[in-house]
Amino acid sequence: MLKDYFLMALDNIKHRGLRSWLTMIGIFIGIAGVVSLISLGQGLEEAVIGQFKSLSADTLIVQSSSSASYLGPPGTGAVRKLNEHDLELIKSVPGVKMAIPRLIRSVKIEYNNVAGFKYLASIPDNQEQINYIYNIADLKIYEGRLIKPGDKKKILIGADFIKKEQFGKEVKLGSNLKIQGQSFEVIGILDKTSSLEINNAALMPESDLKEILNITDEIDLIAVKVVSKERVEETAELIKRKMRRDRNQKEGEEDFSVQTPIRAFEAITTVFNIVNLVVIGIAIVSLFVGGVGIANTMYTSVLERYKEIGVMKAVGARNSDILQIFLIESGLLGLAGGIVGAILGISFALFVSFAANSYFGQELLAVQISYPLILLSISFSFLIGILSGLSPAYQASQLKPVQALRA
Amino acid sequence: MKEKSLIILKDVARYYQLGDEIVKAVDGLNIKVNSGDFIAIMGPSGSGKSTTMNLVGSLDLATKGAIYLRGINIEELHESDLAQIRGRVIGFIFQSFNLIPNLTAKENVMLPMLFHEIESDVREARADELLKLVGLEDRAEHHPNQLSGGEQQRVAIARALANNPEVILADEPTGNLDTKAGEIIMQYLEKLNKEGKTIILVTHDSNLAQKHARIIYHIRDGRLEKVTKKIKGKWFVVHN
Repeated sequence: MLKDYFLMALDNIKHRGLRSWLTMIGIFIGIAGVVSLISLGQGLEEAVIGQFKSLSADTLIVQSSSSASYLGPPGTGAVRKLNEHDLELIKSVPGVKMAIPRLIRSVKIEYNNVAGFKYLASIPDNQEQINYIYNIADLKIYEGRLIKPGDKKKILIGADFIKKEQFGKEVKLGSNLKIQGQSFEVIGILDKTSSLEINNAALMPESDLKEILNITDEIDLIAVKVVSKERVEETAELIKRKMRRDRNQKEGEEDFSVQTPIRAFEAITTVFNIVNLVVIGIAIVSLFVGGVGIANTMYTSVLERYKEIGVMKAVGARNSDILQIFLIESGLLGLAGGIVGAILGISFALFVSFAANSYFGQELLAVQISYPLILLSISFSFLIGILSGLSPAYQASQLKPVQALRA
Repeated sequence: MKEKSLIILKDVARYYQLGDEIVKAVDGLNIKVNSGDFIAIMGPSGSGKSTTMNLVGSLDLATKGAIYLRGINIEELHESDLAQIRGRVIGFIFQSFNLIPNLTAKENVMLPMLFHEIESDVREARADELLKLVGLEDRAEHHPNQLSGGEQQRVAIARALANNPEVILADEPTGNLDTKAGEIIMQYLEKLNKEGKTIILVTHDSNLAQKHARIIYHIRDGRLEKVTKKIKGKWFVVHN
C-alpha cells in the first residue's frame, strides 16, 4: 500500500516537473547552507587558527597598535616603533621569562632575474631564542638545515619559494637570492605550515637583516615568553601598565598592543560564532520559506486534483488513504529538496575548499563530510515536507466525494 | 432493516443551503435497485438527476429520508467505512471518464483494488484481464491523454469492474462520445447486465434509456415524475 502511494506521489512530483523544482528551492538553499557551513566550518576554523599558531599558550606578542589594522608585516605601518628600550622594559616585568625582538619586513627578492616582494623575518642570534621561535612558529625543515647562531648571508625560505611560478625557476638548496643587492645562500627550505605568511617568507639572521635594511634601533614585534601559561593574562597587564607609564599614556590611548593567545582565540571564536549564526539564520529562513512553498504547492495540488480525490473516494479511498497520499507527496518534496540541498552543500564546500587551496597553493581548507549531519539534514527536510503538507493533506482527506467530483 | 434490494432510497430529500435560501434539489424520492436490474434515471438538466445519482451512488447523504446500501443505512456509517462498502458494491462510470491523468490505463484499473488492499500481483492480473475484456490489452501502459474518448471510457468500465461490484452506476457514459463509441460502451453495459451485473444508467437521453433500460425513473423538478417499466417490449407506467 505505502509503496504504491509512494510511487503515486513520485509520479505526481515528476509530472509537475519545473513546479516541483521551484517548490524545493527554499529547502535546497536552507539545507545546502547548513551542510556547506558545517562541512567547511571545522576546516575553516583550523585554517584560521593555524594562522595564529605562533601564539602558543605561554606567549604574548607586543607590537605597535597602529599595525593591528595595517595589512602588512606587523610593525611596518607604525608611527612609533618599538625599540631596544621597550625590549629592556618588557624584560624587567615579573613573569617574563624571555623577550625576543623580531623584525618582519616586506622586501624585494630577486632570483633568476625575476623580482618578487616577500616577507623577510629575523632569526635571533641566540640558540635558546632560535629554538623558541622555531617552536612557536612550528617551523620544520623540509630540505637542508635551520639557521644557527653565527650564520652569515644565509637564508631559510618558506615552502612557496620553490614553486616554479614564483621566479620562473625553482629555487633550490644552495641557490643564491639577491636581497637589497646582496647575495644570500639558501641553506634550508621549510616544510609547509598552516601560516600563509611563513610559507611566503624568508628568514635570515637578525644581524644580516639589520645590516641590509639599515635598521639600528627598531623592533617590529616582541615575542614574550611568560614563565607559565597561567600567568599570561596577568603578565600582559603588567607589561601594559609599565609601558603606559613609560610612554606617559592613559588606559585606552596606548599606541601599542599586547596580544594574548586567549584574546586572539576569543576573537576568532566570536567571528566564527557570528558567521555560524548568520548562516544558520539564513538557513532557518530558507527552510521556513521552503516549507511555505511546499504547503502552497500542496494546496494548489489539492485544488487541481479535487476531481481525482473525488474519484479515489468514489472507488473506495478512505480519508486516511487520501491523507497518506498527500503527506507522502509533500514529504517527498521535502526529502528530494534535502537530498539535492545536501549534494549542493557538499559540492559548494568542496568547491570553496578547492578554490581556497589552489589560491593559497596548499592544503589549507579541508572539507569534513559528516554523514550523520547529512542524514539529519535530509530527515529534517523530510519532516518539514510532512509538516507543511499536513494542512493541505487534511483538507484533501476531508473532501466530500460529491463535492470533489463536482469540481 | 433486512432487504433483498441492493440500494433503497426511502422518502429521500436533499436540500442545499444557498446563501439564506434553502434549495430543494430533490424531494420525496423512492427508488429501489434490485439485483440484475437495468435501471435508467432520466431527466432533463436541472431536474435533480445528478443529485439523485449522487444519492443512489452513496456519494452524498440525504437531508431527509434514508438510503440503504445492501441493507445498511449509510447515515450510520463512518465516511471511511462507507467509502469501502461503496467501493465494493458500486462501480462508477462518469461522463468525463475521470481517469487519473498521471496513471497509466492499467494503473487506473488497479486503483480501486489498491484501496481495498488487494495484493499487487492479484491487482495486476485482474487489471490485465479487465483491459482485455474491454479490448484494450495493448493500451495498458498508455496514459489517458494518449487514448481516445471511447478508449478512455472503456478503461473507466474496466476500472468500475475492478472490485467486482454488483452495481455499475454510469453517469451519462456516452455524453462525451460520438455515436459509434457511445454504442460500443452501451453494448459493454448490456453485456455486463446479461452476465448478472446491475446497471444504473443516468441520462437525459430518453432514446438511450428506452433502448437499454428495463425500468426508468423519470425525474422532473426534483421529484419522481413517474416510473416506467418495459414489459415484453412495451413501456408501462408502474408508479406516479
